[in-house]
Amino acid sequence: MELIYLDNAATSLNKPQCVIDAVVDAMKKFGNSGRSACSQSLNASRVIYEAREKIASLFGLDKASNVVFTSGATESLNIAINGLLNKGDHVITTDLEHNSVLRPLYALTKIGVEVSYVHADSSGNVNYDDFSKLIKPNTKAIITTHASNLTGNVLDISRIGALAYEHNLIYIVDASQTAGAFPINMSEMNIDVLVFTGHKSLLGPQGTGGLCVKEGIDIKPFKRGGSGVQSYLEDHPSEMPTKLEAGTLNGHGIAGLLAAITYINEVGISTIQNKEKALVTRFLDGISSIDGIKVYGDFGKEHAPIVALNWRDMDSTSLADELMEDFGIATRPGAHCAPRMHKALGTVDQGVVRFSFGYGNTFEEVDKAVNALKEICR
Amino acid sequence: MREKKPCFVVTYYTTAEAMATERLCKEKGIGGKLISAPRNITADCGIAWSSSPDNKELIIASLSEAKIEVQGFHDLVL
Repeated sequence: MELIYLDNAATSLNKPQCVIDAVVDAMKKFGNSGRSACSQSLNASRVIYEAREKIASLFGLDKASNVVFTSGATESLNIAINGLLNKGDHVITTDLEHNSVLRPLYALTKIGVEVSYVHADSSGNVNYDDFSKLIKPNTKAIITTHASNLTGNVLDISRIGALAYEHNLIYIVDASQTAGAFPINMSEMNIDVLVFTGHKSLLGPQGTGGLCVKEGIDIKPFKRGGSGVQSYLEDHPSEMPTKLEAGTLNGHGIAGLLAAITYINEVGISTIQNKEKALVTRFLDGISSIDGIKVYGDFGKEHAPIVALNWRDMDSTSLADELMEDFGIATRPGAHCAPRMHKALGTVDQGVVRFSFGYGNTFEEVDKAVNALKEICR
Repeated sequence: MREKKPCFVVTYYTTAEAMATERLCKEKGIGGKLISAPRNITADCGIAWSSSPDNKELIIASLSEAKIEVQGFHDLVL
């Protein structure tokens, strides 16, 4: 049975060959970046710096040294949230958020940070006027995802960014579901901190990701340690990106990420986006005739390539298990690390089956997924 | 031991700025290379850019124009 992978919102599979080659090559040639002027160390440093440049360019950030590499979006969000918010600060976020935003915020409420939520309706939409209504004198930041990892609904980050700019608030965007597949420009969208993961729609290796920080945004270090520079300082160096990058960087992974971004630039984000939209449209059209299917989210607006659904009252894990065992189709069922979103959708008990498409998927695979659902859901 | 000669050396606070310098100088055709920061100018570890003294003014102007942050400029014999 041929396996069909439709869990790209968790991580993309079948990375471009250039990504695999770049990682293997790096594992043969890289020393530790920034630790020496030997050629092996410089091999790593050059590639890592080129990756910073490419990422800065991809996301409309002026300065390559303000691109910070981490293990992924979760670490990046922890750095940004813990490094910017203090006791007495107020922050606004939304019901759409992933636990990588929510849990750091819940922890900060225990030391006196206030958190307000813009609520989502049963279609996963927010009322943008709610952001303004929640702003208080001690509001310091707004944190939102770009797209829900559960419904795929895309937030209008330009609109939220303009509001944040108007009120002199720091705007942090979690682009885990969109970086590489949607155009993002920090300057034009008034984003102060953009968090990305390398292994989803950026098509890079797991263990890569980072945050892009607008000049002037001062984030306290989350960890301290080796830096390769200023060894006799007792404090960790205060200059970016070293300030937020204690310890050895994942040079091998970053080499793969650089190759992935080069690949995306060659293909073009609009090409990727259009292909993924077409896959989603074909899937939605195909399942529209199945009696009892409930699709979550609002497909009348811009949307990430995610379709979350249930069939009648069938447990989502049972449906996903049948898809995998009988048809070789990989999806993700159950809860999706977005508890407030599940509550808004009313899917806490049933969970949802999430189909998430990637650039590497084909229309034939979509048709097979549709036919599998037609077989099961009758 | 190799013969010592005059060099113009730039030191940095971060590796990223050193790498930016190498990129810039390569684009502008300015000769030089990355070296370990000499101990006689900094007790810190780190990477420095070393070039011919003839390139001094051009490098200083180019780094300033590109807004590359430096720790210091040094005339050395290495």
